[in-house]
Amino acid sequence: MSDVAALPNGWQLIVGLEVHVELATKTKMFSASANRFGDEPNTNIDPVTLGLPGALPVLNQHAIELAMRIGLALNCKVQPCTFHRKNYFYPDLPKAYQITQYDHPLNVDGHLMLPGDVRIGIERAHLEEDTGKSTHFGGSSGRIHGSDYSLIDFNRAGVPLVEIVSRPDIRTSEQARQYVAELRSILLAVGASDAKMEEGSMRCDVNVSVHKPGTPFGTRCEIKNVNSIRSVGRAIDYESRRQVDLIESGGTIRQETRHWDDSTGRTETLRTKEDADDYRYFLEPDLVPLIPDPEWIEAVRAALPILPAARRLALAELCGVDKDGESALVVVERGQDDYVGAVISAGGDPRRSIIYVQQAFAEQGATPKVPAKDLAALTILERDAKVTSTQAKTLLTDLIDAGGGDVLAMAAKRGFETLDTSAVEEMVDAAIAAEPGAWQKYCNGEDKALGALVGAVMKSSKGKADGKVITALLQSKKNS
Amino acid sequence: MQKLVEIASGVSNGSLSASAVVEQHLARIDVRESEIHAFNLVTADQARLDAAKVDADVKSGKKVGALAGVPIAVKDNMCTRGVETTCSSKILQGWKPPYDATVVTKLRAAGAIIIGKTNLDEFAMGSSTENSAFGPTKNPHDISRVPGGSSGGSAAAVAAGFAAASLGSDTGGSIRQPAALCGVVGVKPTYGVVSRYGLVAFASSLDQIGPFTCDVRDAATLLEVISGHDPLDSTSIPQPAPSLVSVLEHGVAGMRIGRVTDLPEGCEADVLERLESAFDALRNAGATIVDIKLPSIQYCLTAYYLIAPAEASSNLARYDGVRYGNRVDAADLNSMYAATREAGFGEEVKRRIMLGTYALSAGYYDAYYGKALKVRRLISDDFARAYQSVDTILTPTSPSVAFEFGSKTDNPLAMYLCDVFTIPTNLAGHPAMSVPFGTGAHSMPVGVQVLAPTLGEQAMFKVAAELERAS
Amino acid sequence: MAEKISQETVVKVSRLARLSLTSDEAEKMTSQLAGMLEHFRDIDALDLADVEPMTQPYPLKNVLRKDVEAPSLDRQEVLGQAPATESGRFRVPPTIGFDV
Repeated sequence: MSDVAALPNGWQLIVGLEVHVELATKTKMFSASANRFGDEPNTNIDPVTLGLPGALPVLNQHAIELAMRIGLALNCKVQPCTFHRKNYFYPDLPKAYQITQYDHPLNVDGHLMLPGDVRIGIERAHLEEDTGKSTHFGGSSGRIHGSDYSLIDFNRAGVPLVEIVSRPDIRTSEQARQYVAELRSILLAVGASDAKMEEGSMRCDVNVSVHKPGTPFGTRCEIKNVNSIRSVGRAIDYESRRQVDLIESGGTIRQETRHWDDSTGRTETLRTKEDADDYRYFLEPDLVPLIPDPEWIEAVRAALPILPAARRLALAELCGVDKDGESALVVVERGQDDYVGAVISAGGDPRRSIIYVQQAFAEQGATPKVPAKDLAALTILERDAKVTSTQAKTLLTDLIDAGGGDVLAMAAKRGFETLDTSAVEEMVDAAIAAEPGAWQKYCNGEDKALGALVGAVMKSSKGKADGKVITALLQSKKNS
Repeated sequence: MQKLVEIASGVSNGSLSASAVVEQHLARIDVRESEIHAFNLVTADQARLDAAKVDADVKSGKKVGALAGVPIAVKDNMCTRGVETTCSSKILQGWKPPYDATVVTKLRAAGAIIIGKTNLDEFAMGSSTENSAFGPTKNPHDISRVPGGSSGGSAAAVAAGFAAASLGSDTGGSIRQPAALCGVVGVKPTYGVVSRYGLVAFASSLDQIGPFTCDVRDAATLLEVISGHDPLDSTSIPQPAPSLVSVLEHGVAGMRIGRVTDLPEGCEADVLERLESAFDALRNAGATIVDIKLPSIQYCLTAYYLIAPAEASSNLARYDGVRYGNRVDAADLNSMYAATREAGFGEEVKRRIMLGTYALSAGYYDAYYGKALKVRRLISDDFARAYQSVDTILTPTSPSVAFEFGSKTDNPLAMYLCDVFTIPTNLAGHPAMSVPFGTGAHSMPVGVQVLAPTLGEQAMFKVAAELERAS
Repeated sequence: MAEKISQETVVKVSRLARLSLTSDEAEKMTSQLAGMLEHFRDIDALDLADVEPMTQPYPLKNVLRKDVEAPSLDRQEVLGQAPATESGRFRVPPTIGFDV
């Protein structure tokens, strides 16, 4: 997916992201009914969840623990905090107010690093409760506009959420996608959430504005209904162009919430109620302040796993690859970096170890079934040119299929023995003699002729000569 | 009329039949309830079943609870599972909660017989029970007069002998004022001593549940049963129920009783005379009377009538016709909300929702709600200073005896003034109780109010017991 | 304290509170609220600059509950009390505008 070209005419993009994350607790934020996705509607309900008269909230200790993990993993300060009511009417909001955090949130002033050492500030990561789910029926497009009625399921109401608000430090849609991806991997690493955008356990609202550098930030629009990492990029690309086009044609950006439509690839105005809602925030009188004691915070910090960025860095240094590159990203994402470390400890060639795992271990999960020493042995065989690259690929498949084994024996069984260099050199000389035309072209700088020569040697060696060795010999003969 | 304590001990030792006790109370209800209208619902059938079970348990030697066989009425803003709970509002008419309030669970566990749900000012907003959507309750002492509010039904039920005791709720005086007007004992405990889980919220930082009884010992007994930490209420004080019955005979010798010299104006002469008499009685019993000032007390009404409606406006937003209660249908959602709430809420409720919404709204928060919270701090500080030199304080409960129906309904502010002596303790979160102390104008009962600091229930009950002995 | 409350403000507030007042009701409400708010001006006389707001009557903190599941309410009992339901869910008229 290519990054869109920078905005025309010197316009700069400013993006901030608000990500809502459902926490992986057993029960809801303020009551003990189950926090479970996919159950029959309205089967995880209690007086608090339904906003029944007389119901009262009580904070879920584990939700606080997970929220602290998130905050600490994002380098936030964890502080004494309070809860507020945000008052508005909507059928999926059972009390007609949401309990959230307002001026004293749990986590503040953190940051997240993107590839290329780009630092995105995190303003806050606070606790709140989720709403129920509305489904709309009737209208032609399935959207509410003009539909006949809605049905509400309160299973999701009260599920614990952490809202992570970035500072408007993001400058490209690529960075936005990276931010979401990195945030997601952090959430998974600390066990705070399963962060599945397709199930709604991670939701992104995107704030977009444009300006010319040296001038104040422009009016921003909030975009909702962005349901995948890919959509994050597409929505930003569309919206930023929309704003630039509007300004350049003499219009002004209205501060509003817009709805992303993935099928049309456009954002549209969300027609809300006549008056903008006044949320009348006030301190939640049914709850008391949360002052996590320093011992608890330290215990959570100490128990944090090594985070993905640190793991990628360690892996990159171990294997000699780019910490922001594809192989480090993929291997850490799969949780296979410890395994790669084990392969290298068993004597494996570092670069080959990571590449084999990246390319062939997609199905293997965090604990691959191939014993580290076996894979290590294979990397050494290839490194020492005892097998060709092609043969090594075959042996890798064999190893995976068998769940390990003695690679030397496997190679022998397959009849893979590479020829040693002097034998190959004889064949190279023979091929030069047999293909003087190709040899001439190659010596004159036509690298395309190389292929014919290599092919000839391969043929006469019945595939036992390593292509890299052949090429190296031809090159050295050409240069001598 | 039998006292709670007598019934409980009689039933548990087999000398009284719970069924007979229930029948006596139901008989009195039969005679006078149509006149008094203390109840929204009399749960006669279930009460008989519950009483029969208690008798059977006693007969078979099973251990029964501390309130076994005692008929108790519950204010209709406390959830009773499967039993209609209306808050005397059309919007909840017919609603049956799927759960019990914690206090109801405790009553049942103690073997009490819940005899009915009592009438109240709609959503506990009022001082006369005239704001009930189902008609007012009459004062059993004089049916042309109000029983007080908002727990008018609960107070009247005890005064008329329909129940041995009842539960009410108090946000600005809604237990104590009706107790004074009906000549019974009414207690508002320290905020957090009795669980609010299942109490339909009016103003969350002010509401408390408490007992109405015939005498102080019954009140102490019932309060002990319903108090204590509840993990379902985050504002519940993490302590067990206080021990109150044990201190009732201690007397007041050596105690210091505060007399507020800067009480707000407006108290009738007959009430003031009773208050003086109460001070005399306590002095004679060995207490010292100490003059104190509470300079911020004159601002309490304002603070209360900004804080309580603000919280109420948020607490009552859930009555939207979506999940429960009565809905008025409309073509679109917002119209449905508006039509439902317009039809379902009475005038006083609407007025307080409007006031509260305004006080919280953008641009007005600092001027109203924000300021009121600061005034609350001042009152709390005044009390703290006062309690350095006294153990309890004595004031009137209500500025007058029970007034006539319709005499204050035209002027909301006049009605609000009924609570001028009770509101300060709600703001501070302190306990207070009203004890009957003779009669005043029109031979109507007068109550005097005993105030104590946070968790000062024992001191409060000692003084109350002494006043009762002297009355 | 703010200016005297206007009927326009009262109507705006009534919309926020989802109360549909008739014009008579709005007029009456305006005059009653104005009277009350006038009375409440008494607190303007106080110097509250250095006073901490009091939001909690009793100073508790860190009231938490363990993450242990309790049985759900019975769906039938709950839906039986609802004004309108369909396929196990609460039914409401449509909202005008997009889903947020």
